[in-house]
Amino acid sequence: MIVMPEHTAPTAQQRLVIIGGGMVARRLIDALRARDGEGRWAVTLLAEEPRAPYDRVALTSYFTGREPEDLALGGQELWDDPLVTLRRGVRAEAIDRTARTVTTSTGQVVNYDALVLATGSYAAVPPVPGKDLRGAFVYRTIDDVADLRAFVEQRRGEVDRPVRGAVVGGGLLGLEAAGALRALEVDTTVVEFAPRLMPLQVDDGGGEALKRLIEGLGVSVRTSTATSKIVGERGTVSRMRFSEGPALDVDVVIFAVGVRPRDELARDAGLEVGERGGVVVDDACATADPSIWAIGEVACIGGRCLGLVAPGYTMAEIVADRLLGGSGTFPGADLSTKLKLLGVDVASFGDAFAQEPGSLEVVISDPVAGVYKKLVMSDDARTLRGGILVGDASAYSSLRPMVGRELGGDPAAHLLPEGLAPAPAGDLPDDAAVCSCNNVTAGEIRCAVGEGGCTDLAGVKACTKAGTSCGSCLPLVKKLVTSELEAAGVEVSRALCEHFTMSRAELFDVVRVQGLATFSEIIARHGRGRGCDICRPVIGSILASLGTGHILDGERATIQDTNDFVMANLQKDGSYSVVPRIPGGEVTPEGLIAIGEVARDFGLYTKITGGQRVDLFGARIDQLPQIWQRLVDAGFESGHAYGKSLRTVKSCVGSTWCRFGVQDSVGLAIDLELRYRGLRSPHKIKLGVSGCARECAEARGKDVGIIATDNGWNLYVGGNGGFTPRHAQLFAEDLDTDELVRTIDRFLMYYVRTADRLQRTAPWIEEHEGGLDAIRAVVLDDALGIAEDLDAAMAAHVDGYRDEWAATLADPDKLARFALFVNAPDAVDDSLAYVGERGQARPATAQERATGSVLIAGTTLEVRA
Amino acid sequence: MTAAPTARPEAAVRVCALTDLVPERGSVALVGGAQVAIVRTHDGRVYALDNRDPYSGAQIIARGLVGTRGDVPTVISPMYKQVWDLRTGECLDGAGSDPMALRTWPVRVVEGAVLVGGAAIATDRG
Ligand code: SRM
Ligand SMILES: Cc1cc2nc3c(=O)[nH]c(=O)nc-3n(C[C@H](O)[C@H](O)[C@H](O)COP(=O)(O)OP(=O)(O)OC[C@H]3O[C@@H](n4cnc5c(N)ncnc54)[C@H](O)[C@@H]3O)c2cc1C
Ligand code: SF4
Ligand code: FES
Repeated sequence: MIVMPEHTAPTAQQRLVIIGGGMVARRLIDALRARDGEGRWAVTLLAEEPRAPYDRVALTSYFTGREPEDLALGGQELWDDPLVTLRRGVRAEAIDRTARTVTTSTGQVVNYDALVLATGSYAAVPPVPGKDLRGAFVYRTIDDVADLRAFVEQRRGEVDRPVRGAVVGGGLLGLEAAGALRALEVDTTVVEFAPRLMPLQVDDGGGEALKRLIEGLGVSVRTSTATSKIVGERGTVSRMRFSEGPALDVDVVIFAVGVRPRDELARDAGLEVGERGGVVVDDACATADPSIWAIGEVACIGGRCLGLVAPGYTMAEIVADRLLGGSGTFPGADLSTKLKLLGVDVASFGDAFAQEPGSLEVVISDPVAGVYKKLVMSDDARTLRGGILVGDASAYSSLRPMVGRELGGDPAAHLLPEGLAPAPAGDLPDDAAVCSCNNVTAGEIRCAVGEGGCTDLAGVKACTKAGTSCGSCLPLVKKLVTSELEAAGVEVSRALCEHFTMSRAELFDVVRVQGLATFSEIIARHGRGRGCDICRPVIGSILASLGTGHILDGERATIQDTNDFVMANLQKDGSYSVVPRIPGGEVTPEGLIAIGEVARDFGLYTKITGGQRVDLFGARIDQLPQIWQRLVDAGFESGHAYGKSLRTVKSCVGSTWCRFGVQDSVGLAIDLELRYRGLRSPHKIKLGVSGCARECAEARGKDVGIIATDNGWNLYVGGNGGFTPRHAQLFAEDLDTDELVRTIDRFLMYYVRTADRLQRTAPWIEEHEGGLDAIRAVVLDDALGIAEDLDAAMAAHVDGYRDEWAATLADPDKLARFALFVNAPDAVDDSLAYVGERGQARPATAQERATGSVLIAGTTLEVRA
Repeated sequence: MTAAPTARPEAAVRVCALTDLVPERGSVALVGGAQVAIVRTHDGRVYALDNRDPYSGAQIIARGLVGTRGDVPTVISPMYKQVWDLRTGECLDGAGSDPMALRTWPVRVVEGAVLVGGAAIATDRG
């Protein structure tokens, strides 16, 4: 039957209504819009939450500095699609199956041809007295975590001791919630009814290892404990009582005892629900009503509801397929999980409890190191059936796809720490699922590289979606991509270029440790040939980072690319731009006037940059020393706009003037800019300092961002603008100024030493083994024992800093290199031509040059004040 | 404007002393009104090519990095990173665009003086 739509786009033939704006609904719409090229379906999404579907799996990252917008799933384009209507903050209240309508909380009646229930679950709250007191929370939505955070922060202001909290439930979700409480600096206790933590995923041995690890992190654990009552004081949570054992004083309680499918609409509409709830569907995700489907956590498929996102995504794909006439069916769910809970790796996969008869268990347990690993094997010890990894789950990504396959060799060998264990990736069969969140097989990844033409990990992620959800499969995806590229003859070595087989980080170490100081020496000992535009500047940068003298000293001048060589920025016509340093963006009127006079006298085009300073464009190479003599005399120094080095420290005006400022952001920005000026690095480095949480300096868009708090400074790292914008992530909180500076010193030096060429801090952090946590361990806890060394290196940089331009002006040899012609010292470069525009000069276009009519003298005029 | 180089002088022109050239860093000479990039490599050889970058139109070749690709001595555009063979001016890497060659100039070193233009005497390059 064809129903003419009333409110939808004219090309649409049928109306699909989806109830519930969660992760699975988003996937359904994505899949449908990707495949329904003819626009057969117009989609309306009724979403009770006040925002578009977001990444619930990453909810906890809200506590490590991510904003609600950072949790967005996919792009905004989907919601701009004329065939998609998103109704936020609108709840579906009733379904009329005969009329095929849904009534909403705003009183509207929406017609459907097909209806999909994707209402997910709600967090269960046990019926204990006191569960509704202020200070009792569940952990399911952005609003839940935002309320929790606000409450904890408010409580912190009211009590003069650490805030105390408890999580009821020691499963996946409970431990995740405990991590959130810890991130809020709450003294945390986990209360679990079962005799061990994570009873559904790990066995007694694993649970014991987990408990020790978690207690080691300062979280108390009470197992075999039932909560009997929450006692309130003036309406707010104050203590908990248990069936056994002493009571516990608490300010905040989170219930994380499980979820219940939100099947109430379906019940009311007379659809069948499962024994433990959930809308009963067949393996096509269809209910008994041919126009109604259910997907995600609310669906009861194969007799049970599945509380993971991966099977939900599979159901979404099936319904998209079916709506377009396909015949996809649900293949069964992989309930494997890998999590980093409170910094502890936990993974469980396949038949983790050895329920299949005749299974062998191989266990490695190291209570001292806090590691417990178990593999469940077939009775001949050959085929992998499942496993549990606690404390070190590095083997997860390579083992999980091997479930049901022969592992090869001694199973125990696969439990050795990473690096020692054999890597099965090479011979992984094509049908092995590598990314379970997005159902991507090894074959699909290989295909993306081969036929798909993807040449790197980023490309494969974009094209297959592998690794884009929980990220636990990334190491394996990367291995597959690398081996596939290698097989195709594509060079994926870490070699810098044809002249050096080492990576930048290795080269840095070699130069540092061997104390090498010239390019010729370095390439003779560790490379071949005479270098290129990649290795020459890299070595120039390494030598500069190591503080071995002026960038233009001796042979070193020949390895700088033109910008560093003339200490200015090359422009399209061969002229240069000049950027004096203006630390923190603060400049005196005299300073501005001096810059203005230089610009006027040399006829330079003048513009305020995006980095809070002034750029003067159109200088000839031979004019640079004269221009800089004037600037240096006026008290300016090189701004390093040309260098892979510190650029600017952007500031907002802060507490000195701003009525909201809580710290002197300008003062700190100036101090930091003066500290790190001239620090050569793998890529440019930008900092920002904001005087309060309003963040007017956009510090979180910088490699290092600092935001003032009442108690000091919050430090964020890994932000950037550019083509792939990244928000910086929280690194440490409430540091005093000395701690802050020491932390930034170490972070930057560690980055300078170990990042790849042209790798900003965000991708460096992403690719660093262990990510941000590992870098935090190095910088804050000195996990590698190099902190003193990093401190000393930064101290040497600070002491050794000299203004490159002042030093050049004082050295006739260096100045001689700015001459335009070797054989005609007085000749002027007449290849430059300028046109007046809005009162200033700009390079003439080719056409303007050809007609020659509109040229002005511009910078070629030698003018003196 | 002298974007288009004027005719080459009949006789070679002395542009500088060999010692005026910094190894692996180009210099520019004005030869009959044209800008010529002069490059002295690590092994002491001297090469001369048009200074005008055919991709950007700017007079900048002499400001490029000097290196090698395999055994070939090269200069790399400081603007968009195309690579040329210093010996022949052949473009070895168009950096994403079609290769465009650079014109080479006859150059030789006689008694410590660098001479550009005139007849090519390929045997005496330094
Ligand atoms: C002059 C300026 C534009 C302006 O008129 O405002 C500018 C100009 C250039 N930028 Fe920029 N960027 C300028 C601010 C920015 C900003 C804004 C900021 O700093 O707050 C950003 C985004 C923030 C960031 O870096 O994360 C920015 C992100 C980029 C990027 C992308 C970097 C990335 O990580 O993706 C590039 C490309 C690159 O470096 O590879 C780039 C590259 C360039 C280059 C070097 C392109 C080139 O090779 O010619 C431009 C020439 C610089 C010059 O002076 O001739 N510029 N550029 C700004 C100089 C700031 C300063 O005072 O030093
Ligand atoms: C903290 C946390 C961590 C997690 N970690 C993982 C993990 O690591 N791996 C994993 O696989 N899974 C994880 N999960 C589970 C995962 O988030 C869910 O499986 C997934 O979100 C289910 O998607 P869904 O679309 O079915 O339901 P949901 O995402 O719950 O979406 C349902 C939406 O429907 C809305 N809704 C309900 N009823 C109505 C109505 N009547 N009208 C309108 N709207 C309605 C709800 O408000 C909700 O927004 C985690 C969950 C949480 C809370
Ligand atoms: S955005 Fe592009 S055009 Fe503008 S300054 Fe930056 S690099 Fe140049
Ligand atoms: S397994 Fe979660 S993103 Fe691949």
